[in-house]
Amino acid sequence: MSYLYKDGAFQSDKWLTIDGDQPVPEGEDVIVSLTLFEEHQHALLTRNSGRLGVHLEAAEQLDAIVPHLDKFDVVSLDFPTFADGRAFSKARWLRDQHGYAGEVRAVGDVRIDQVSHMKRCGIDALLVTHQQTIDSLTDIKDPGLQLYYQPSAIDGETKAGGRAWARRA
Amino acid sequence: MSILKNPVVFTANRLRDGESVWLGASGVWVEDINAARVLRNETERDASQALADQADADNIVVEPYAIDVSAQDGVVAPLKFREQIRAAGPTVRLDLGKQAQTHASRAA
Amino acid sequence: MYRYDEFDREFVTSRVAQFRDQVERRVSGELSEDNFKPIRLQNGVYLQLHAYMLRVAIPYGTLNSRQMRMLAHIARTYDRDYGHFTTRQNIQFNWPKLTDIPDILEDLASVEMHAIQTSGNCIRNVTADHFAGASSDEIADPRPYAEILRQWSSNHPEFAFLPRKFKIAVIGAPHDRAAMQFHDIGLEMRRNAAGNLGVAVYIGGGLGRTPMVGKLVNDFVAEEDLLSYVEAILRVYNMNGRRDNKYKARIKILVHETGLDELKQSIDAEFERIRDGVLKLPDADVRSIEAYFAAPKFELLSDRSSLLEAAKADDKSFTRWVDRNVSAHKQSGYGIVTVALKSTGEAPGDASASQMDVLARLGEQYSFDELRISHEQNVILPHVRLDDLKAVYDDLVANGMAAPNAGLITDIIACPGLDYCALATARSIPVAQEIGERFADLDRQNEIGDLKLKISGCINACGHHHVGHIGILGVDRRGEELYQVTLGGSGDEHAAIGEIVGRGFSKDEISGAVETIVDTYLAKRLADDESFLDAYRRIGAAPFKEALYGPVAA
Repeated sequence: MSYLYKDGAFQSDKWLTIDGDQPVPEGEDVIVSLTLFEEHQHALLTRNSGRLGVHLEAAEQLDAIVPHLDKFDVVSLDFPTFADGRAFSKARWLRDQHGYAGEVRAVGDVRIDQVSHMKRCGIDALLVTHQQTIDSLTDIKDPGLQLYYQPSAIDGETKAGGRAWARRA
Repeated sequence: MSILKNPVVFTANRLRDGESVWLGASGVWVEDINAARVLRNETERDASQALADQADADNIVVEPYAIDVSAQDGVVAPLKFREQIRAAGPTVRLDLGKQAQTHASRAA
Repeated sequence: MYRYDEFDREFVTSRVAQFRDQVERRVSGELSEDNFKPIRLQNGVYLQLHAYMLRVAIPYGTLNSRQMRMLAHIARTYDRDYGHFTTRQNIQFNWPKLTDIPDILEDLASVEMHAIQTSGNCIRNVTADHFAGASSDEIADPRPYAEILRQWSSNHPEFAFLPRKFKIAVIGAPHDRAAMQFHDIGLEMRRNAAGNLGVAVYIGGGLGRTPMVGKLVNDFVAEEDLLSYVEAILRVYNMNGRRDNKYKARIKILVHETGLDELKQSIDAEFERIRDGVLKLPDADVRSIEAYFAAPKFELLSDRSSLLEAAKADDKSFTRWVDRNVSAHKQSGYGIVTVALKSTGEAPGDASASQMDVLARLGEQYSFDELRISHEQNVILPHVRLDDLKAVYDDLVANGMAAPNAGLITDIIACPGLDYCALATARSIPVAQEIGERFADLDRQNEIGDLKLKISGCINACGHHHVGHIGILGVDRRGEELYQVTLGGSGDEHAAIGEIVGRGFSKDEISGAVETIVDTYLAKRLADDESFLDAYRRIGAAPFKEALYGPVAA
C-alpha cells in the first residue's frame, strides 16, 4: 500500500493510476502511462471532466509531454531503485526549463534518505510505500541537510555563506 | 543427499566492525576459518545457507556466501587465492590480519 | 589554502551527524545493506576483503600540517598505524570499524576535512596539479576552480545518483601532471585573446575496462560560466548515460556511442539555457575564493644557494636526491620537494603514522605549513627554500623517506590489489616490491632515466596501468595471477593509452619481463637522453615483442 505525502502531511490520493489497457473513467482524476497518453492523446486531452496526469518510467524522456504540459495537473516520475537518479534531472527540467507549476510526484522506491534531494529538484509530492520512510515523514525526521552549495528549484531557500551558489533552507 | 564436489564453508564480514568471519560449528560466526563448520553435502550446505541468510537478515553479517575449501586434520584452507588472503591477511603485511598472531608468536 | 568559514563548518558537521544517524539505523537493522550501501559509499566507506575501508578526501591534494597530523592520529587511534595515499589525492584507512567511522569523520571535521563523495556514483573528489601555485610553468593556480567545483558538487541534489562515478581534474599549466585527459571532465585553465581566464573542457576520458583519452568539447569556457557549463554536461549525462550495464555507464561510453558532435549540441543547448541563470559566477566570489590560495610570503632570494651548492659538493647521495626530487619553483630561491613514498620494499603510497607526523613537521618548518599529495602517491613539500634542502633531506633520511627516485622506474604507482581490495583479481604491491628490488641500484635507475611504471590489480585500473610507459595489469587466469604488460601509455599532455605487448606473465616471470623490456630500451636508444617513451614511440613494439617472446616467424 502506498500513501501520498504532500505539503507536509499524508493525505488521501484522489488520483487514479491507469495501467495498461484499462478504460479511462469519465469524471475521475487519472494518471496515465506515457504509452496510453501517446495512443489516446486526443481523447485524453478533450475529456469533458476529470483532471489529467501522466506517469513517466525512468527510461522515458520528457519530450513527448512537453508540448502539453499545461494540460497536466500531475507529472509522476518513477524512481525504480534507490540508485536510479534520472528523475532528479527530469524534475529540474520541468521546473526550471518549462516552468511547470503543477504537481511533480515521486513514485516507486521513495526513501527518506533521498527526500531532501527530491524536494530540492522540485518534487512536491511523494507516493510512499516504505514503512520507515512513512514513520520518518510522520515524525518530521528528515535526515537531509539544511545547508546547500547549490541553488535549487524551490522557493524558500535563502542565500547564505557569502557566496553566490550557497543556500540555507 | 548428494556429496559436494568440494567441501564448503560460509563466510561474510561482520556488520559492526567489518571483520572477516566464517560460520562456525555452533552457528556462531568465528574469526578463525579453522573453526568454521565444514559442509560436505547439499543438505548440510542448505541448512547453513539458511543460517547465513538469517544472520544477514538479522544484521549480524553482510552478504554471506559459500566458498570451496579443503579440510583435513582440522585445517580448513580455501581453494581460491582471494579467500586464502581473506583468511590470513595481506601477503605484504604479515603483522596484520588473522595471520598476525601466528606471525607475532613466531617472532617472539 | 582554503579555510572553512562558519557555513562550511556547519555543513560538514551536519553531514557527520547525518551519517552517524544512518550508521545507527544500519546497525539497528532499520536500514538494509541494499539501502545503506549507496549512503556509506557517498561517505567514503567500502567493505573490503578484511574490513571496512575509509577513503578520506584531500581536495586537490592540498593539506596543512594540522590536517596531516590528524591523519596520523586517525591511523594510530582507529586503524593499524598507517594509511595509503591513492592515485586520486585521497588517503585510505584499511581497518576501521563501521561503528568508529562517525567519530573519525568528526575528528576530520575538526580540521576541515571529510570523506564526502570519495566513492559512489556521484561527483568524486576534485583533483588538481599537485604543483599548483608553485610550479614555474603555471598560467594560473587551478585550486580556486577546484574548490568552487568541490563546493558546488557537495551533496548536489540532482547528481548524487548518476549512472556511474564522475571524476573531474583541473590543471593550470600546459604540462599535465594530473592526468587531466583521463577524467570524465578535464579542465585546463587558459587565457583567451582578451587575456581573460577560463578553461578548455575535455570530456569522456577515463581508464578502466574501456580506456579513452578525453575529447576537447569546448576550447574556452569563460570563468563566469564554469559551473553552468559543468552542470550542463552533468545534466545531459544523468539523463542519457547508460544504466543498463555498469561497464558502459561512464560518460566516455556516452561520448563514444552518441558521438562528440551530437553530444556537444545537447550540452551547448543546455548551457545556453542556463548560462545566464543562478550559477553564473560573480567575479567578486571567485576572487574571494582565489584569495585563500594567495602565494605565501616568500623571501626575496637569489636563485643560487651557496649552502645548497656546498652541500651538493660534499654529498653524492644528496645531489642525486636534489636532481630527481626537487623541481623548479616559480619563486627564485625556492624548490618543490617530492617526498617519494617509494623506498625499496615499501608498499607504494603507504605512510606510517609517525612518517605522517614527520611530514607534518617538515611542512610546518620548511614549507609554509603546506603539503600536497600527488596522484603518483607521493607527498610534496611545495615551497622549500633551496638553503633548507639539506636539512629537509637529512630529516627524510632519518625517517626512511628519502628515496631519490621521483620519476624513475621504482617510483611506481600501484593500487592496493588483491592484498586488500574486494574487486582485485591479482596482487599489485608485491609486484611493485619485486620490481623495486630488482632495480634497486640507483646508478642503474638513473641510467634508465624517466620511466613511469604503473600497476593495477584489476581491469578497473586504479593503478593507471593504461598510462604507464610500462603498464602492468594483474588478472586471474584459472586461479593463478597473470600479469599483462602494456607499453607506450602516457598520462601527460601527450596522452596515450598503452598497447598490450603480448601474452601475460606469471608472478614469477613479471619482474624479469620488465627487465627485458628495459634492457631492450637501453640497447636501442639513440642517446642517453632519449627517454623510454620517446624511444618506444620511435621504434614501436616490435623489438620489445621479439625480446620478450622470441623472433616472429616470417
